[in-house]
Amino acid sequence: MGVLHLKINGDDLEVAAPGHWTLLEVLRYRLGLTGSKQGCDKGDCGACTVLLDGKPVLACLTLAATVQGRHVTTIEGLLPAHVAAGGKGADPVQDAFDRCGALQCGFCQSGMMLSARALLNRNPQPSDAEIKDALSGNLCRCTGYTQILQAVELAICEAAGRTPTPRSWERASCADSGAASASDSGERSA
Amino acid sequence: MAARDRHGLDAPWGDFRIVGSPKRKIDGLAKATGSAVYADDVVLPGMLHAKTLRSPLAHARIVSIDASAALALPGVHAVITGRDLPVKYGVIPWTQDENALAVDKVRFIGDPVAAVAAIDEDTANEALKRIHVEYEPLHAYLDPRESLARHEPAIHEGRKEGNVSKNVLLEFGPVDELIAKSDVIVEDDYTFHGTTHAAIEPHCAVAHASADGLLTVWSATQITHYVHRALARVLELPPHKIRVIQPCLGGAFGGKSDPFSLEFCVALLALRTGRPVKMLYTREEVFYCHRGRHPMQLHYRSGATKDGKLQGVDAKILIDGGSYSSFGLVTTYYAGQLLTGPYAFQSYRFDSTRVFTNKPPCGPKRGHGSVQPRFAFEVQLDQLAEKLALDPIEIRRRNFVGEHTTTVNGQRITSNGFLACLDEVERASGWKTRRGKLGYGRGLGVAGSMYISGTNYPVYPNKMPQAGIQLKVDRSGLVLAFTGGNDIGQGSNSVVQAIVAEELGLPLERVRVVAADTDLCPVDLGAYSSRVTFMVGNATIDACRKLRAQIVAAVAAHWQVDPRRVRLVEGEALDLEDGAKHMPIVEAFHLAEERFDTLGATGSYNTPELGGKYRGGTIGASPAYSFTAHVVEVSVDVETGRIRCEKVWIAHDCGRALNPMLVAGQMEGSAYMGIAEALLEEHTLNRYGLHRGPSLLDYKLPTSVDTPELAALIVESLDPEGPYGAKEAGEGPLHPSLPALSNAVYDAVGVRLKHLPFTPGKVLAALAEQTERVAPHPLATSTASAPGARGAH
Repeated sequence: MGVLHLKINGDDLEVAAPGHWTLLEVLRYRLGLTGSKQGCDKGDCGACTVLLDGKPVLACLTLAATVQGRHVTTIEGLLPAHVAAGGKGADPVQDAFDRCGALQCGFCQSGMMLSARALLNRNPQPSDAEIKDALSGNLCRCTGYTQILQAVELAICEAAGRTPTPRSWERASCADSGAASASDSGERSA
Repeated sequence: MAARDRHGLDAPWGDFRIVGSPKRKIDGLAKATGSAVYADDVVLPGMLHAKTLRSPLAHARIVSIDASAALALPGVHAVITGRDLPVKYGVIPWTQDENALAVDKVRFIGDPVAAVAAIDEDTANEALKRIHVEYEPLHAYLDPRESLARHEPAIHEGRKEGNVSKNVLLEFGPVDELIAKSDVIVEDDYTFHGTTHAAIEPHCAVAHASADGLLTVWSATQITHYVHRALARVLELPPHKIRVIQPCLGGAFGGKSDPFSLEFCVALLALRTGRPVKMLYTREEVFYCHRGRHPMQLHYRSGATKDGKLQGVDAKILIDGGSYSSFGLVTTYYAGQLLTGPYAFQSYRFDSTRVFTNKPPCGPKRGHGSVQPRFAFEVQLDQLAEKLALDPIEIRRRNFVGEHTTTVNGQRITSNGFLACLDEVERASGWKTRRGKLGYGRGLGVAGSMYISGTNYPVYPNKMPQAGIQLKVDRSGLVLAFTGGNDIGQGSNSVVQAIVAEELGLPLERVRVVAADTDLCPVDLGAYSSRVTFMVGNATIDACRKLRAQIVAAVAAHWQVDPRRVRLVEGEALDLEDGAKHMPIVEAFHLAEERFDTLGATGSYNTPELGGKYRGGTIGASPAYSFTAHVVEVSVDVETGRIRCEKVWIAHDCGRALNPMLVAGQMEGSAYMGIAEALLEEHTLNRYGLHRGPSLLDYKLPTSVDTPELAALIVESLDPEGPYGAKEAGEGPLHPSLPALSNAVYDAVGVRLKHLPFTPGKVLAALAEQTERVAPHPLATSTASAPGARGAH
């Protein structure tokens, strides 16, 4: 058991943990930051993705001791950072995922949203192929990725002041349903 | 009792304000920000961690178990074995053949044998190594054909059927006669290989036993009620001493429908140690638990008239059940019973046999029991169309079973939007101008299907409601809905929220939902058979209308107007005829509470009498069926044999789409999963019965790069009995993906793929065989012609 000096979501923390523990174990078992999920514990699924100095890494394959002094961002860190930067509520990526229905079971999505956030931080206008590529390390079993890609597109379009492409089902009978209040609407014009 | 009444298709107050529009999910932001609590996020003070010792042999007698060295290890608090939990369980009451931990024998590699509770996972894992189990190996059955023929040694002893788990033979009409008289007949074999759910959240359960004897179990289950019943049975505790809670669930797809070993183990270990106990399965263990889609060997013979009308369908299916019964009785019926739409069969016979093998047990996976037969039959339908020179969409139209009708096996069909589904995919895919004209290597294929919106067959027979709900009205203006329904990510809590808000004229944020807690919520049979929107939705409307009547009556009395003038809309009570009369809904709640006492209401749903009047006739009977058509576009690389699925057009008749965004999500997720099963995924074992790749790397889930473009096209044939006309959307849209893909490959390169999965090797072999047929090798003695060869695009 040693003492680790970690920077998690902007906080400097001292954590006692066994030397062989991964970052995922420290986050979940020592710090109670359970938003980072364990889906496979061997680097296959991406559910534990966190940002290390802004780059997505797999917390289940990262020894906690090796990230001392570096900035770790977990899913719990996005909303406070957005608010601290003058925003309101959740990070635009999180909000877009919610508004597009991308959160079915939600288990993979902490990692997915962090991968998307990292992509948009380094490239605010990625191509469709670049988006797919950036998210290809995060397995999702619910959505078929469609609503995830739509969510990322929405976040990009809103930042750029563009209107996203209509969804296949919006051209059908449900396109004209209007009377939604902005607070609970899943419509992307909300 | 309003439960079986139809609630009508219309909006409660004129126009729908919430239903029918895309809305955020009730738990979306909690999930987005990482604050949603899943089973493995439950941490209790003093909690121990448990691990399971599993069988290394596929079939063996347990001679002895010595756990003394494990118990002696510092930090180990308890070890339990099969002798501690001798009562068998199983989700179907007539086939209870599972033990939480193996008693006397093990039946597959991975069968649980012992469980350890220790201060941490490392200590528990170390303890597992110190448990010594002596096995006497038995012959292992790994081929279902062997299980059919050989019964000694029996996998489950004392059964008169030997290693046959279930056989169903049902015949409707003179099948042999009608097929013999048909103008065209196709007879062929098809294979479904076996796949698993691979929800990203592994199974996890936590138990706490309080000093006064209440056992609480948090589990990643999709059926809280059955876990509750199974725990009471196996632990031999009265059910009122047990509370089961499903936390936020990280995906299920049928894979969390059975009671699982870990739920019993953590419960007993908590009772034994007086400490909370958690068990989280590793990903490898999830593959052993399995309950995935059954491998099936399918033989179909169909006959049609020269104008394409189906005369008879004759099916013989061998189902590899793995080592335990699970839902297998239902699977065996579903494999035949669910094929009788959307096409009219003049006659039909199916002979389905499920056998035991020494493999991880199979169970229900999204589209339970019917995805495999649907694959076989929809490919065969294209074979018939080809013989008749009919367009594949046209043959499907000509055989449309109709709406408000009865199928050949006695299932009542209500609304049916299948023709509109065919129209949608035909239009959107450009079928008429593109099929057969995309050039060699690229093609389009179609397939259709139907699926149940819940079943009228509760797994334990009873006449109580299948769905119950309770509403509590708070003086703050908040309405709380308590439902036993399980939100497994599909959004059932959001459906309840939307209906309550619509019925009581509230904004969504004034409705909260408490779900899947056996202490707090009325019984609901859980998330399976695509029953939740239909049944819980109807129960919710039932409860709301009782409550609404009280609120409206109290407001009308206060204003001294006819109650028919009162509307509850967007958080206000309004007088339709006097614009000056309105009040915030919270005041209306207060008036109703003054007049009627503490406010609340219950609601329920039960199915009407359904099904054919024969043994098994109720299995597969549903109050409503959904219908689906897909067109799949593929490109085939004839050099490598690799099929690339380019796009899937998914038209699905879900009745009224209560939240079209969630419906589209179910459709896209279903099609993704079906395409993955056709091209990539395979649950395979080696010759000893050991899983070949129990990881998410070896078991190939498609990534964002592998997944084709998915176009969801919603078709709404309002159902007279669904909530506002809604039907299911979560399972039906998977079925056509696999056969439509096979049919598209035929359009692309002229080879008929009948044996899943469509690996590059199989494609290359089929192409080589086609070449042989088209241009026999000069040295070949065969003079075979080249029927159906289409290599000249």
